[in-house]
This record gives sequence, C-alpha cells and structure tokens, in this order.
Amino acid sequence: MTVLWVALGAAFGVPLRFTLGKLFDGRFHTGTLAANTGASLLLGLCVGWSVDGAAFALVATGFCGGLSTYSSFAVQTRDLGARAGTAYAALTLVLGLAAAALGFWLAA
Amino acid sequence: MVRQHGPASYDPFVIPAPRLLFAVAAGGVVGAVLRHGAGELAPDGPGFPWTTFAINVVGCALLAGLELLPIARRSATWAAALGPGVLGGFTTFSATSEQGRSLLAAGDTALAGCYLLGTLAVCLLVVTVVGRYAPPLPEEDEL
Repeated sequence: MTVLWVALGAAFGVPLRFTLGKLFDGRFHTGTLAANTGASLLLGLCVGWSVDGAAFALVATGFCGGLSTYSSFAVQTRDLGARAGTAYAALTLVLGLAAAALGFWLAA
Repeated sequence: MVRQHGPASYDPFVIPAPRLLFAVAAGGVVGAVLRHGAGELAPDGPGFPWTTFAINVVGCALLAGLELLPIARRSATWAAALGPGVLGGFTTFSATSEQGRSLLAAGDTALAGCYLLGTLAVCLLVVTVVGRYAPPLPEEDEL
C-alpha cells in the first residue's frame, strides 16, 4: 500500500520539477535549484512534524523525492564548467541544507 | 528521425507539452518506487547514509550515459521519460539535505561534511567519467 502513496507523490513532484526546469532553467539552472530547495524545505517540515506512515510516503518519499534530483544537478554542474559549476553546486548544497534546517525549525 | 542536439532543439521558458509531462510523470513514478524499494531492502541506518548515497551515484551515472541508448537518441519523449523522469525520480536531493541537517544536529559535523561533499564529489566524478564515453545530453534532458 505504501508504494502507491510514493507513486502518487512522485506523479506530481516529478512533472513539477520538469516544468520548473523548462520555465526557469536558462544560463543558470534556477528552476532546478528552486525545485531542490523547495523539496528540502518541505522534507525538513515533514521530519520536524514527525510525519510518518502513508503521509510520509506520499509527501516525503514520493513528492519531495520526485521534486528534487541529484542526477540532473550533477550533470548540470559538470556542463556549467569550473567557475559557474562551482557556484551552482555550492549554492545548491547551502540552500538545500538551510532549507531543510528552516523547515525542521519552523515545524518544531 | 534523429533528434537535433544542441541549443537549437531547446525551447526554454515554455510549459512542456502534456505528452512530455505524462512521460516524465510515468517515468518519475517508476524511479521513485525503485528508490523506495531500495530503501526498504537496505534502509539507511545511523551514520553514513549509504543507500541514499548509492542511489544518487547510480542515478547520476545512468543519466550521464543516457544517450548511449538508441531509444533515447531517437525519441524526445522516451528521453524525457527516462532522464528527468525515471532517473530524476530515482535520485533525491531533499533526502541528502535532510540527512546532512540531521547529522549536523546530532553533532556529527565531520560525518555531515563527508556525506554532503562526498556525494557531490563522487557524483561529479561518475558523470565526468561516463560522459567521456557517451554522447552529450540535449539540454532539455538535463532537467
């Protein structure tokens, strides 16, 4: 049963990331950065609220996991080259960590 | 018909066609369910989150090599379903951030740094190495 909640969450999270990327990724990957940051914030909230069971499967594993991506992030970073790639990777990591901490803090 | 590569085929700042959105959603469901299954088989324990690390490294390697698949070169829909869909849904950035936050909150600063920077370093390494043997990805499949 849990797997169905994961599937449902991903069915919304993944196309949302793709749409954000299509709309806002240009020279800099603003759309993917927003998707990764937003998913980290929401996951921090879920963990802070101690969400579990079906709700965790739907929102955390399915939606947040689907909205965020490491594969695109890594390939984009590589293709941006040394300078822009370093800036993009550092910004993504710092914002992701800060967003997860903010979500957890807001929920506590 | 062979897909065009390079910026000419990329049409940014446009909401994707429903057909592409459905392909990405269907692929994403498959990827997320696989990630969930991997987590059930080998849950991340306390300490270094090896399962999430492995998921992200494998997903990065496969995305960098996507254009080795003839079907991904031929069909933009299949490429979107497999790249941003399956592999984007399989890999996760939010879990990595939250695990880093949790390790930092537990006082494991060195482990948190090792995990966050180690994941980034290994993923960048595999996409660079695989990228030498695979045709470049069209920009739209990097989303």
